[in-house]
Amino acid sequence: MRHLLTAALTRDEAIELLDIAEDMDQIHERDQKKLPALRGRTVVNLFFEDSTRTRSSFEIAGKWLSADVINVSGKGSSVSKGEDLRDTVTTISAMGVDGIVMRHGASGAPNVVASWIPQIVVNAGDGTHEHPTQALLDAFALRRRIHGDASRGKGLDGVRVAIAGDVLHSRVARSNALLLPALGAEVTIVGPPSMLPPGIGTWQAAHTTDFDEVVDSRPDALMMLRVQLERQTGTFVPSAGEYIGGWSLTPERFARLGGETLVMHPGPMNRGLEISSVAADAAASLVLEQVRAGVSVRMAVLYRLLAGRTDS
Amino acid sequence: MTTLVVRGARILGGDAADLTIVDGIIVGVGSASPAADATVIDADGLLALPGLVDLHTHLREPGFEQSETVATGVRAAAAGGYAAVFAMANTRPVADTVAVVEQVAELGRRAGLAHVQPIGAVTVGLAGERLADLGMMARSAANVRVFSDDGHCVHDAQLMRRALEYVAPFDGVIAQHAQEPTLTVGAQMHESPLAGELGLGGWPSVAESSIVARDVLLAEATGARLHVCHVSTAETVDVLRWAKARGIRVTAEVTPHHLILTEEEVRGYDARFKVNPPLRAAGDVDALRAALADGTIDVVATDHAPHPVEAKQAAWADAAMGMVGLETALAVVQESMVETGLLDWAGVARVMASTPARIGRLDGFGGALEVGAAAHVALVDPAGRTPIGTEHLHGRSTNSPFLGRSLPGRVVHTIYQGRQTVSDGVVA
Amino acid sequence: MPARTVLQEADIARALTRIAHEILEANRGPESLVILGIPTRGALLAERIAARLGEITGTDFAGRTGTLDVTMHRDDLARTGTRPTHPTRIPASGIDGQTVVLVDDVLYSGRTIRAALDALTDLGRPAAVRLAVLVDRGHRQLPIRADYVGKNLPSAASEHVSILLAEVDGQDAVTIQEGSAR
Repeated sequence: MRHLLTAALTRDEAIELLDIAEDMDQIHERDQKKLPALRGRTVVNLFFEDSTRTRSSFEIAGKWLSADVINVSGKGSSVSKGEDLRDTVTTISAMGVDGIVMRHGASGAPNVVASWIPQIVVNAGDGTHEHPTQALLDAFALRRRIHGDASRGKGLDGVRVAIAGDVLHSRVARSNALLLPALGAEVTIVGPPSMLPPGIGTWQAAHTTDFDEVVDSRPDALMMLRVQLERQTGTFVPSAGEYIGGWSLTPERFARLGGETLVMHPGPMNRGLEISSVAADAAASLVLEQVRAGVSVRMAVLYRLLAGRTDS
Repeated sequence: MTTLVVRGARILGGDAADLTIVDGIIVGVGSASPAADATVIDADGLLALPGLVDLHTHLREPGFEQSETVATGVRAAAAGGYAAVFAMANTRPVADTVAVVEQVAELGRRAGLAHVQPIGAVTVGLAGERLADLGMMARSAANVRVFSDDGHCVHDAQLMRRALEYVAPFDGVIAQHAQEPTLTVGAQMHESPLAGELGLGGWPSVAESSIVARDVLLAEATGARLHVCHVSTAETVDVLRWAKARGIRVTAEVTPHHLILTEEEVRGYDARFKVNPPLRAAGDVDALRAALADGTIDVVATDHAPHPVEAKQAAWADAAMGMVGLETALAVVQESMVETGLLDWAGVARVMASTPARIGRLDGFGGALEVGAAAHVALVDPAGRTPIGTEHLHGRSTNSPFLGRSLPGRVVHTIYQGRQTVSDGVVA
Repeated sequence: MPARTVLQEADIARALTRIAHEILEANRGPESLVILGIPTRGALLAERIAARLGEITGTDFAGRTGTLDVTMHRDDLARTGTRPTHPTRIPASGIDGQTVVLVDDVLYSGRTIRAALDALTDLGRPAAVRLAVLVDRGHRQLPIRADYVGKNLPSAASEHVSILLAEVDGQDAVTIQEGSAR
């Protein structure tokens, strides 16, 4: 593994990263939150889309490993225009950095950047394609909830996870749908028919449009995706009411889950739209764990890609 | 009087013969005993094809000279064995007036390496709102017969109907870029499982076939000639087959890249493979080859679409659509159609020379290599395979999807108006 | 050339017992002791020493035993492929003001112990740090010395010393083999 562009990892690769993340996670308990592993390495956070949360998480992860972390924002400046992508990354590359963590609005942008420059590239979210570190932190948090301190070395075998909502436009869903089955989880994708991607039948996941059926199956975890109805009403779904009626985790559906299902959400949540407040509060209990897991997982990724020789 | 003798070429892959050319006209086919001052081309082992005719070329001039000019575009054409190219109208200003089409024709005459036949826009500014000066362009010195908003679909049904009606009296043809715009909002690649996997907006096959279905019915209703640009899907082939069986006056083209490349190329997000219409599934490629072989698709047209490096070295969604193709078209057709046994060389001459000229009503091009014909000849060595490099590209842009890929055959000499425009692979 | 066994199971058991006694003597009792093994084999040896300390003193040493991963403090991290990390487990007492006994299998260049001292510094401020190793094979590259040594094993740099432990290798033994330098 030279870059992290996708969550399409083998089971061994994924477990290796999650196990390193377990070791990294201990740093949260320490007074002195600094490990020397990436001393002398420089990581650039190159974000063409705003994301304070993901960017901060990568920044903390890099700094706790002693890397020098520089944030370059593409938004609002000339670099937000596509034609300057190559100039921007080749310029940063020429400054002698060791790794680029990038977020971009276009699917596949990190893939082409990785082909242009010799440094390692970490995908921090590309268009409607992938968000691999989000999937890793979801898997980490899930594994923690299920196996606790005995998580090391384990997958998510037999864990039933449902991913619900606008899967078509969700990079979080795409990455989770790749990573979770690789770890042995049984994944079900559910959403309005117009929001399921073409070829969903070829994914390593079951799929349905019937959310109530999924709720009544009481999955071990239910991942609610953010829906951006302001962009999609009228074309993908008729109205907010239709969406809520069919695919929102309403108080009534939340009650039917029976309390054992772990409700997850990649955030930020639209309370009252894809998720009701009562369910959102339940999901919120995991959010802080996920935020912490995010730092640990990103430390693991940066360590895995940057600590050893990077010239091969 | 200048005399050129092509010695020993196999005409359309058949028997070897000598072609004697005097002042741009073929005056002898058979055995020649050239005069001492004649130029002799040793064509032993080479195929002789009529100089190729491309019904769909983007020469980018006026307006986008950083990508291509008429002068550089015809160099690429000559290198590919072409004697004539139809220049698409999406220039800046758009070729929607007599002034622009006559300017493009004049630039072609000055370049002198191939005939440049302007295509006129169907609507003013390609905006799809008002018809351009179709009749005036037809009557101009540029003698326009093909009209196209290529790059944009004439999606307003009434406007399309009017355009067909309007060009019928002077035997014009509307070359439609069949893309239903409402089905391709945000579209980035063929709609398929791969698009779902790559997170790229899907470009469904039906966005093309639905427009073609509508247009063949409009052509039937108006009795006018319709030409379908760059057919890319199996469904469109079915519609065309139905329309032709019904006697509708429709012709269609396929590009070389759609005959050989599939959507799998998109996997690496290399924007050299971004094109409109998009590369499709393997089943579509098979259907297109079969349709070209059985005549459902009439011609191969390059859709040569030069773009500067910056426009292609970008994230997929931000990159320009299009590929250059003049230099590689014949090789791709050899690999996909000849070497698969779907077409013989006479068939290649039909789909790459005579039929395109006939659809475009371009007299004096694409006909048989016989006494009295204008001397436009491509001499081709079909043996061997060559890895394509930028040295094989003669235009201003290098956005070829075939760079680094090995293709068969080689255009050795091109003769345009009795004059060698390419000699042993070198453009004059 | 085949591997030569230099310590058998019984030799290893005796050596660890002796080390346990020496630790107690030097420390005048079990109070304030924290035993930290360096993964992977050092951690296993630390558990064994802790078990002996428990037997000798009649107190439970499991709660005073942990692991200290030094991977991220190694000075050769950037020279090889990425090394896997291991858990660090510090006993509830922490290490501040404690006497920490680091346990490793082989003492060689001293670089691992240098990394361990750095790792410890990040975790707190022990009153003292001691070092126990099963085998000291010499060839030090840093000014580091073990306090408790199971066996001094003079060796050539070209020789390969292997520590086999039942928990991971199915048997207890220390072998030495000519050939691939360690």
